[in-house]
Amino acid sequence: MSTVLAEKITRRYGERTVLHELDLAIERGEFVALLGKSGCGKTTLLRALAGLDPVDGGSLSVPQRRTVVFQEHRLLPWWKVWRNVAIGLPRATARAKAQSALEEVGLANHADAWPVTLSGGEAQRVALARALVREPELLLLDEPFAALDALTRIKMHGLVRDLTSRHRPAVLLVTHDVDESILLADRVLTMRDGRIAAVHEVSATARERGSASFAALRGTLLGELGVSEA
Amino acid sequence: MSTTAIAGPAATAETGPTPSKKRALPYRTISWTVPVLLLLGWELLARAGVIAPNVLPAPSSVGTTAWHLTETGELPRHLWESLKRAAVGLFIGAGVGLVLGILTGFSKLFEAIIDRNIQIVRAIPFLAILPLVMVWFGVGESGRYFLVALGTLFPIYLNTVLGIRQVDPKLLEMGRVAGLSKLDIVRVVILPGALPSILLGLRLALTNAWLALVIAETVGAPAGIGFMATNAREFLQTDVIVLVIVLYALIGLTTDLIARGLERRLLAWHPNYAPSGGRK
Repeated sequence: MSTVLAEKITRRYGERTVLHELDLAIERGEFVALLGKSGCGKTTLLRALAGLDPVDGGSLSVPQRRTVVFQEHRLLPWWKVWRNVAIGLPRATARAKAQSALEEVGLANHADAWPVTLSGGEAQRVALARALVREPELLLLDEPFAALDALTRIKMHGLVRDLTSRHRPAVLLVTHDVDESILLADRVLTMRDGRIAAVHEVSATARERGSASFAALRGTLLGELGVSEA
Repeated sequence: MSTTAIAGPAATAETGPTPSKKRALPYRTISWTVPVLLLLGWELLARAGVIAPNVLPAPSSVGTTAWHLTETGELPRHLWESLKRAAVGLFIGAGVGLVLGILTGFSKLFEAIIDRNIQIVRAIPFLAILPLVMVWFGVGESGRYFLVALGTLFPIYLNTVLGIRQVDPKLLEMGRVAGLSKLDIVRVVILPGALPSILLGLRLALTNAWLALVIAETVGAPAGIGFMATNAREFLQTDVIVLVIVLYALIGLTTDLIARGLERRLLAWHPNYAPSGGRK
């Protein structure tokens, strides 16, 4: 059975229907990227899966153990890094678990630092460690790299691909970045008018930047998003 | 060619700030030297008879008076009485202000019931109700506690409400995603987030507490340093009056230092309060 199963889910804000009888299934270990213009409902979908917003209709089944990495790191500034990672964990094993999660993101020696002393990329890696330490069955990524500089973003892509292939949660990545979606995802969805408009499986060759199939998929996706490159 | 022209001045500008750092050294010394010099001048003028002792006694004579009154046990007794009043009044006022502030901060219903009333009462300068306090409580201790409590309640209340309101909703959402209970969210996210504001309220409350105490003690108190000053006025003991004023100043400074120490300890995470800012 799928880890995430949404059937005909609907979400309205007043007159406006943001999610319109949307269907979605994500399997364990599958990395799905969701592209769409601003206001197409992709963040609403992610928030519904996270349990942050309710749905008005349809049926939605998500695992109990799920977590979100947001665009901002959202670390508590009054807690040292390791406590932020261990937030909500049982006290006895908290420190050890936080430490090993921090090791995985390469920040083991920052465990006792204050969040304000971290760079943007480091803070986002801590947020990633905080998500992983919960051993989620569903990992929701809400444009987690959007605020990072280009070089840090490339490093983060590698890290995320590494970690998700090791822990194998179901992943939903919401992003504006077409290249990023191709590089990371097994499946890229585009969304329009509250529905999934198109589904593209990403082949191994398409993931190689500069390959012909990468360029082809990129062109198709941009076209679906209503952008034409000269 | 143009590159060298640009690189020249830029390079000098970068080395600029280093020497000026050395010149910044004696500011601290100067800032302490000036008041010491003023004090010395005051002493000299008083000794030379330029300032009459019943107008402004010499610092040394104020010091002698302080020593005598300490030896007889009079000064410690009055000081203890005043400190007790401030502490009890502050404890009651801050406690009530904090509880009401938390309730208003969390509950729309409670806010609707209480907030407007507090805002109305707050518009009255709290010292203006002194005559009423005397009618209510007579000249007993409870009236003085009441006045101090009233002066400390509002700053704590207002800053607690403000602090709770200003907590980043994104952090609250993160708490929910991390699976924290409602109580844990309050304990872990909201109260620490409101703490800088609450501590600011405490500092303002301390100022008000001493102000309330000065007034409360000069009106019909049987003991306390305010009483000492009023009593000294009857006998034209200017040295005692000056001593009391100096004591008020010292107490104010000490409590402010304590409050700041508390901030530094509790807000070590905050970039504005951290002992050493920047990256480790």
